[in-house]
Amino acid sequence: MSLLEVKNLEVSFALRHGDLVALNDVSFTLDKRERLGVVGESGAGKSVTGFAVINLISKPGRISKGEILFDGQRLDQLSEKEMREIRGNRISMIFQDPMMTLNPVLTIGTQMVETLKAHRKISTQEAREIAISKLELVHIPSPERRLTQYPHEFSGGMRQRIIIAIALITEPAIIIADEPTTALDVTIQAEIMDLLTELCNSQDMGLMLITHDLGVVAEVTERVLVMYAGKIIENAKTADLVANPMHPYTKGLMNALPGHGTCDRDNRLQQIPGSMPNLTEIAPGCSFHPRCDFCQDICKETAPELRKIAGSGDRLVSCHFPVGEQVQ
Amino acid sequence: MQTRRQKFKKSYLLYSFKRDKVAMVSFSILALLLLAALFAPLLAPYNPYDPTVIDIMDSELPPSWMEEGEPRFFLGTDIQGRDLVSTMLYGLRISVLIGIGAVILQAVIGISVGLTAGYLGGKIDAVLMRIADVQLSFSTLMVAIIVSAIVQLSFGVGRYEQLAVPILIVIIGIAEWPQYARTVRASVLGEKNKEYVEAARVVGLDSRRIMFSHILPNTLSPVLVISTVQVANAVMSEAALSFLGLGMPVSKPSIGSLIDAGFEYIFSGAWWITFFPAVLLIVFILVINLLGDWLRDVLNPKLYKG
Amino acid sequence: MNGPIVEIDNLVKYFDISGGFLEQLQFKSGKIQLHKTEVKAVNGVSLEIAQGETLAVVGESGCGKSTLARTVMGLYPPTSGSVVYRGERIDTLSARQMLPYRQRMQMIFQDPYASLNPRKSVRQTLEEPLRFHRKKITAVEVDERLSEVMEQVGVNPAWRHRFPHEFSGGQRQRIAIARALVIDPEFIVADEPVSALDVSIQAQILNLLMDAQDQRGLTYLFITHDLSVVRHVATRVAVMYLGTLCELASTGGLYATPYHPYTRALLSAIPRVDGKKRKHIKLPGEIPTPINLPSGCVFHGRCIHADDRCKREIPQLLSVSDSSGTRVACHGIAEGRI
Repeated sequence: MSLLEVKNLEVSFALRHGDLVALNDVSFTLDKRERLGVVGESGAGKSVTGFAVINLISKPGRISKGEILFDGQRLDQLSEKEMREIRGNRISMIFQDPMMTLNPVLTIGTQMVETLKAHRKISTQEAREIAISKLELVHIPSPERRLTQYPHEFSGGMRQRIIIAIALITEPAIIIADEPTTALDVTIQAEIMDLLTELCNSQDMGLMLITHDLGVVAEVTERVLVMYAGKIIENAKTADLVANPMHPYTKGLMNALPGHGTCDRDNRLQQIPGSMPNLTEIAPGCSFHPRCDFCQDICKETAPELRKIAGSGDRLVSCHFPVGEQVQ
Repeated sequence: MQTRRQKFKKSYLLYSFKRDKVAMVSFSILALLLLAALFAPLLAPYNPYDPTVIDIMDSELPPSWMEEGEPRFFLGTDIQGRDLVSTMLYGLRISVLIGIGAVILQAVIGISVGLTAGYLGGKIDAVLMRIADVQLSFSTLMVAIIVSAIVQLSFGVGRYEQLAVPILIVIIGIAEWPQYARTVRASVLGEKNKEYVEAARVVGLDSRRIMFSHILPNTLSPVLVISTVQVANAVMSEAALSFLGLGMPVSKPSIGSLIDAGFEYIFSGAWWITFFPAVLLIVFILVINLLGDWLRDVLNPKLYKG
Repeated sequence: MNGPIVEIDNLVKYFDISGGFLEQLQFKSGKIQLHKTEVKAVNGVSLEIAQGETLAVVGESGCGKSTLARTVMGLYPPTSGSVVYRGERIDTLSARQMLPYRQRMQMIFQDPYASLNPRKSVRQTLEEPLRFHRKKITAVEVDERLSEVMEQVGVNPAWRHRFPHEFSGGQRQRIAIARALVIDPEFIVADEPVSALDVSIQAQILNLLMDAQDQRGLTYLFITHDLSVVRHVATRVAVMYLGTLCELASTGGLYATPYHPYTRALLSAIPRVDGKKRKHIKLPGEIPTPINLPSGCVFHGRCIHADDRCKREIPQLLSVSDSSGTRVACHGIAEGRI
């Protein structure tokens, strides 16, 4: 049994003129020490997925269908009080902009100790020692001195490390990282990616990495979910996906990446026409069909199931005509 | 190609207005009051400024439904024998004139100063803002004393009374422009660094054009919101000044003057002289503030989804 | 029309953040002194941009590339050094004298949500530069030009009456590009034009920029932090660190053979989608503040090859020994140590 199992999750928002479905029939698993990527463009629903797992969807949104099982326990059925035992404690989350996440008027030490004392009955002194050990884990030099400093005294990369240290302080089983490297420079991004990979192995943690950056996903994760307009359209081992993307959207995304394929001025970047639909304007049938080069009549009428593709191992694709499928 | 009218009909402003009952009711009441003020000479049963109509023997008569009240004076009379309804209508006119006039003056001065100080920055900003600070340290009362002293010395007391309304507009306009200047300057500081301003500079547009054509429209939301509050404040300031004898003359009372003048008579029993004008003033200020709140929410870009 | 279109000579831009007179007063070593605090954003950059080329300037945050772009455009006056456009010096011109140059040089900005005035319709935004520079233009001509340029960028001309908030990020960026193109410039500075957009939209916008360049013979100064984008659009690349030029090379040359240690670290850090795991070169230490620049080579504190000379002496931009035309500012390379 996996550490985290999400089954047929549906998240909808109650609006004036009816319900808007932001996540539609989303299912996946996450094991201990597994690094899972959730990739998609803005509006695809990847952040919503992360928030849904720890029940941070605020009104008018709610989890309307499905189950979330963590270590056998139904998270979607817990009361807010019970959820607080899990959130920040056994499942932690880190966000994109470290400057927004850290309270600018409190020292790092205060913020770390406060987080720990909210979940454990320990003395401040013990909490400080644990904080120091976590700062060492994320390779912050002279941690004892740093505890008394304020967020603005650190660089962007170090702040993100501090955020990671705070997330680790309760020794969670899972970390959900929502675009942790997007606001960082490329050299710092590389360091953070290496750090996350190292920590998953040394701390026995599962990582759910939410990002729009296929490059980051390719380097950090072992398995990846590609999301489009609220659905998972491809679920595969990262190595398989990168070598051979099967859903036309995934393929289009890979080809549109600058730096992929023939890289020079003489070749136009392959582009996917149009843009991701607004959730209120999703086309019938397959939600990607208006932009798809391989669209056929059936795609306009019937939404494809997320199914195993013969000969591709354990990959799941939601497409009537996946690229490279062996036609029997 | 849509006409302005068609675009307005479809606009979010109208949509939100129709949905907000408070805004609709406030607006209707305000419209009613403004019309009453505008048409005061037509609506008032008597002309309260005509000394031939007033009889001192009619003073302090209670409202018509009470004992001793007379049907020709619906809400009673004041201490000089003037019909309260008529005096209130004319008084409303004065209050509205001064309220709106003073705010327009404040806005024109304040916006120009705030825009210039915010956009040009540096020494100009420092100097203009110090002037604003000095202005703020002069209370409205002091400005009133200074201006009235000057005018009375130059033109005599009689002339002062004739010019009371424009003088009050000038006094309150001068006393309060720093409010606008600060608000606009804060907005401009925020907008100045946005890329559309850089783009306008790259096109080659000069500072004045950028300030007025590009930045000013984007600073108008807070200006509109404080304007509604400032109208209320102007009316109150005028009332206070009149009470101190520096505002409207006793023969031409505004709503504020009526309230203050009638105050002494509450305890001797003639409560209506203060009560009805006070209710009118409260309603006027309340609807303006409610409309201001609604306007602030509607114009907030975060809530406005277009 | 020979010779470079833009020449930047030893450009320096410092921003004075000393605050008021009182904040500057300091009591040091027995004397009262006025202490100036400056952000040294650009420190002596020299570049030439040839007609028709796309010169990319890359670097991480704080390297001064955006400041460089804005100084070239005349949005900031340089602290020292010069900017020469087709042989004429433009950094010392008054606003009036700059006007003819404003028709030939335009800029595209990073944030599509902030670069269009929210209170102006598309039509108003696009016609303003046109009417400003061509006072005698008729309404019919304006209309034609607007339709033409909107079609070129892929925005339906019938939407000219709409306001920016009615468009998506990608469409707004197209409108911003239309604004830059509407007066027919020859030189465009693009400051991170696709950084704020989704990947699939990035591709569309980059293709649009390349097409416009082909059709109109434009020259681009392309500022970005994204090295993968550079490969697709640039003819030459300049790498900046802390306001200084580290390496200047042709695009192919830079990716094939990066010389400067910083360039190598930067290239190794790019996440790749080809499945091959690469080791990232780790740079020790933190990026120093541009207020207190390190002495000598600005990179010496983080460079594993640094020696005494690097701490004392600022390296010059010199050609490397092979025939690639790459120029590097590094003592180690010049001495053949690395």
